[in-house]
Amino acid sequence: MKPSRAGWLFVAPALMAIAVFFVVPVAAALLMSATDFDIYALADLRNVRFVGLGNYLQLLQTPLFWRALLNTLFFVVVGVPLSIGMSLGTALLLHSPLVRFRGFYRTALFAPVVTTLAAVAVVWVFLLHTRYGLLNYGLSWLGLHPVDWLGDPHWAMPSIVLLSVWKNFGYNMIILLAGLQAIPGELYEAAQLDGAGPGALFRYVTVPALAPMLLMVSILTMAGHFQIFAEPYVMTQGGPAERTVTVLYLMYENGFKWWSLGSASAVAFVLFLFMLGFSLLQGRLTRSAAFS
Amino acid sequence: MGREGEVATQVLRAFERENSGLRVRVEKLPWSAAHEKMLTAFAGDATPDIAQMGNTWLAEFVALDALEPLDPRIRGSRQVDLADYDSGIVDTNLLDGRQYGVPWYVDTRVLFYRRDLLAQAGYASPPHDWDEWMGMLDAIKRRVGPERYALLLPLNEYEPMVALWLQQGEPLLRDGGRWGNFRSQGFARTLRFYLAMYERRLAPPVTHNEIANVWNEFARGYFSFYISGPWQIGEFKRRLPPELQSAWMTAPLPGPGGPGASIAGGSSLAIFRRSPRKAAAWKLVEFLSRPQVQQQFYRLTGNLPARRSAWADAGLAQDPHARAFRDQLERVRPVPQVPEWERIATELRLVMEKVVRGDIKANAVAAELDARADRILEKRRWMLDRKVHG
Repeated sequence: MKPSRAGWLFVAPALMAIAVFFVVPVAAALLMSATDFDIYALADLRNVRFVGLGNYLQLLQTPLFWRALLNTLFFVVVGVPLSIGMSLGTALLLHSPLVRFRGFYRTALFAPVVTTLAAVAVVWVFLLHTRYGLLNYGLSWLGLHPVDWLGDPHWAMPSIVLLSVWKNFGYNMIILLAGLQAIPGELYEAAQLDGAGPGALFRYVTVPALAPMLLMVSILTMAGHFQIFAEPYVMTQGGPAERTVTVLYLMYENGFKWWSLGSASAVAFVLFLFMLGFSLLQGRLTRSAAFS
Repeated sequence: MGREGEVATQVLRAFERENSGLRVRVEKLPWSAAHEKMLTAFAGDATPDIAQMGNTWLAEFVALDALEPLDPRIRGSRQVDLADYDSGIVDTNLLDGRQYGVPWYVDTRVLFYRRDLLAQAGYASPPHDWDEWMGMLDAIKRRVGPERYALLLPLNEYEPMVALWLQQGEPLLRDGGRWGNFRSQGFARTLRFYLAMYERRLAPPVTHNEIANVWNEFARGYFSFYISGPWQIGEFKRRLPPELQSAWMTAPLPGPGGPGASIAGGSSLAIFRRSPRKAAAWKLVEFLSRPQVQQQFYRLTGNLPARRSAWADAGLAQDPHARAFRDQLERVRPVPQVPEWERIATELRLVMEKVVRGDIKANAVAAELDARADRILEKRRWMLDRKVHG
């Protein structure tokens, strides 16, 4: 047996699994996105019409789709840097030799990641309540007007970002903390001997050493943020005034609430293209930053 | 489903005793996932023999050709007598001239109101028509000031608006469910009345999310009127403080000129076409339709029985809060029986929310809704036309 054939044989089971559970469904979804597959088609396949790019064109003409895209981009553009900044900040604090009870803080800050979103959402709905919420109570102490966090179309998405950052920053914090602990102490000592202050240490030692990890964390976080669904689903059901409808939420509604699987598949592929584009852009930016 | 699923096993024990050869396996579903799960069951060829179905789902499952018409069985039955049901409710199960379900329990929307706050505003009895109602709401609003309201009309519910529209007596969709009927006089009247509630600050422009706890707010007098269904009777009894128990009451929905109609809702029992045990399933339908069994179900769940004769039950006949429902059920109308209705009603809700928030002008609403409804109904028109030509 040729070595190459043996290799194929070894990976065959994995390839088969990937084909059955990934390639086939994706191809089927692509095909479906070119039809008007819906509840009538479920009854009788003769009720399916081939519409070509019709679903995509229809989507581009639907104001709600653009709204959803805008909402999602807001969540990504605001949420990702905020989330990573928060993770990096807490990781640096936890890494500092001055911190005591490090294990306790690490666990406490990580706890939101492992709690159930549905349960956390109930608590947050109360925290954000216009008249009885803790957040507005704090604002009134500062002499500020209460904000209708989840009911005001302008504040609903920022509130979701807030919840999401609080819920998820612990995960990246642990990864970045591990990265920080892996940076050899000699590098800092050498830099200090060269007269570097805390700012320069961070800029010229910590950030370059952490760069590969930051890239990975930011790509994963961005991919996750593009797929935001659960937070608006449990907190606002897409409201108020469709300001928290995200692309994935739109897909869920089209596909599983209204059973328009054709148009839902089209939404899924548009989202895929967007994520692909952003990931490529991100990779290129980081690479050019690394070479400069 | 929901609470019904929890008590079903208990009720069905008697059925199994009577029919020693039959065993009923109950699959419990939460309401929030039930519709999805049933569709998935159909797609996966795993439908049950018999199921509890929301009245508004039947059109969809009939379009799938998933349900068995029950007319011959009803004709031959000594237990199920459709004359003992409210006609508005029976109609929800009637599609293309065939009966696809037997109403099991009923549900409609009525007014829940604070008697004490209404009395303070100078009214001894609830409103009968729209003008009287609006007068009361204004009077209450004058008393409670800018921080509180007269009516809770949440922006994330379309049922109140649909009920008010049904009162106009015109079809909600035109031409056999082919087109939207939003550019009609009846809808224009409903829209004016509905929007006035927000323009005069009689109802807060909020969703259920921001209310968080309806019963607390009702107890605090944040609002005095609320449009809701029979499940709230039990909730109000359980959750309102004892000193308020004599202060709340229910009343039929006021209409444009005298007592108005409301939505015919509730659940029916339907048998699936693919079931190999239809005769046994029908036996179960008959069992669950018995007045005594319906009364037992009412005591266990608080669901209002579909059979009029079951209302003779001591507990139900004496419950003053259930009386408005009995009265309202004589005047209920079904929503359009097309699979797309739920989606169109959701568009109605979304557009109304935008109007109240000022994103869409009131005079553009009807055309916008018709455009959305017509787009959703496109496939249905194609299906109907093909049936005619083919």
